[in-house]
Amino acid sequence: MLPMNHPDNLNEIRTIIAYHKRWDLLALVAGVTALMIAILTFIALFGSMVIDGMPRLTWEFFTSFPSRKPEAAGILSAWVGTTLIMLVTAAAAVPLGVAAGVYLEEYAPKNLITEIIEINVTNLAGVPSIIYGLLALGLFVYQLGLGQSILSAGLTLALLILPIVIVATREAIRSIPVSIREGAYALGATKWQTVSDHVLPYSAAGILTGVIIGLARAIGETAPIITIGALTFIAFLPPSPIQDQFPFVSFQWLMEPFTVMPIQMFNWISRPQEAFQHNAAAAGLVLVVMTLLMNGLAIYLRYRLRKNIKW
Amino acid sequence: MQIFKPASGHTHSTVQKSVVNKLNFYYGGYQALKNIDMMVYEKQVTALIGPSGCGKSTFLRCFNRMHDLYPRNHYEGEIILHPDNANILSPEVDPIEVRMRISMVFQKPNPFPKSIFENVAYGLRIRGVKRRSILEERVENALRNAALWEEVKDRLGDLAFNLSGGQQQRLCIARALATDPEILLFDEPTSALDPIATASIEELISDLRNKVTILIVTHNMQQAARVSDYTAYMYMGELIEFGATDTIFIKPKNKQTEDYITGRFG
Repeated sequence: MLPMNHPDNLNEIRTIIAYHKRWDLLALVAGVTALMIAILTFIALFGSMVIDGMPRLTWEFFTSFPSRKPEAAGILSAWVGTTLIMLVTAAAAVPLGVAAGVYLEEYAPKNLITEIIEINVTNLAGVPSIIYGLLALGLFVYQLGLGQSILSAGLTLALLILPIVIVATREAIRSIPVSIREGAYALGATKWQTVSDHVLPYSAAGILTGVIIGLARAIGETAPIITIGALTFIAFLPPSPIQDQFPFVSFQWLMEPFTVMPIQMFNWISRPQEAFQHNAAAAGLVLVVMTLLMNGLAIYLRYRLRKNIKW
Repeated sequence: MQIFKPASGHTHSTVQKSVVNKLNFYYGGYQALKNIDMMVYEKQVTALIGPSGCGKSTFLRCFNRMHDLYPRNHYEGEIILHPDNANILSPEVDPIEVRMRISMVFQKPNPFPKSIFENVAYGLRIRGVKRRSILEERVENALRNAALWEEVKDRLGDLAFNLSGGQQQRLCIARALATDPEILLFDEPTSALDPIATASIEELISDLRNKVTILIVTHNMQQAARVSDYTAYMYMGELIEFGATDTIFIKPKNKQTEDYITGRFG
């Protein structure tokens, strides 16, 4: 055998390196191409929406009800509906999801039943959203008599994002080092003291991110909302939650009929007139911006809350 | 070679604080501790030494029932705690009560991501202390006892993570001291620290021996010789030899202990 530093040996090594580096290049090209397809598709979609919808984005567009005249139509009832439904969704999904996540991580015994529950929770995230719609139609709308209301819609979407919140909660909790947890227990803390004083505060950033990502998904959901009976044309607002008379708050709005942004969009897209297409594009633009803002908020809050925590 | 330096100005006490009787411990089906008998003397430092995997940390963690946090662990035998003669391993004794009486400092400094003040005050808070003046007084005392007060008195509101590694470990000691524990457990407290921080922790342990009973696990024999009054040598889950540190280090009775201490093994 030739010694390692023999010129023939070196040349052989260089040939092998050059050969393998070609694969590096190929992998790079393939990766960038795949990424570009995704990015360019998004830019093209977003760009055409901006071009079509931008001229319609005036103040009146946000403060007008839908109308038969495209130039007078707006998204007031849709964005108010979407906002109120998101409030209900968050109010229901956060406590349920966080409690379930904390239970599974901190309290549940590690046995077969827990494992089955865990697999089911993960699988729930993959159930088509229209199935949630059907479930909600039977349960909330008819069985519980909540009707085709904001409350029904909010609870439906809460169910839909529950697995996302649970999984995010568990992952955030799991990222807390064992040493911190043992530190609390070693001082004589009970399980609940450890959870409320340490586990929850330190995992708040992760939980919040999960909640916002869940809401960002819920905001675009159409199928389950149509299933439980959202209106496609609605020219009034639910009564305000804040009243000028005692007791100053009202929950009447929960039981009101509603529409949401994606349904308003769908409604306009299915109209034959060209002008309504521009309205749809403008509404779509608002929806995309709302989603991006929520994701941005998630990133910001994550950064803020995690700034003091290093491990 | 002189490896043992007598602790200066410290008198040996023979008052028993705790007695370990026929202690067996199992991780599921695996027996990690075998039939251990030992004494812990009051206001003395007792060191647990032995090669890694010999069960010294497992033994230490029996004293504050840390093993109860994980499923399928179980104890046999007893650890009697004086003055009340209670077997702290008994299922009737709440592990939380045991942890309130016996504090622990861990291998890696593990301050909470809270302020310096809140870290030290946490043990008091979970005991229901709410009065600001009492909290402040006891936090200051604990920090003084942990030789950290002078360094942090002007920034008690700062995050504990901003302290250096050695300061963080002294903070953890202050946190454990704040509640006046009867025994303070140290699980290799200097293994994550540099030599200077290690020296300051060792000095602190020497200072604390007049105030509290200390049980320390260390993989560093010189450390055991420097800080402890009593030493227990463990091997494969068994207690091979236990006695006054000078006896163990100068004329051990057991051949295995001697081999380990002279560096022929381990």
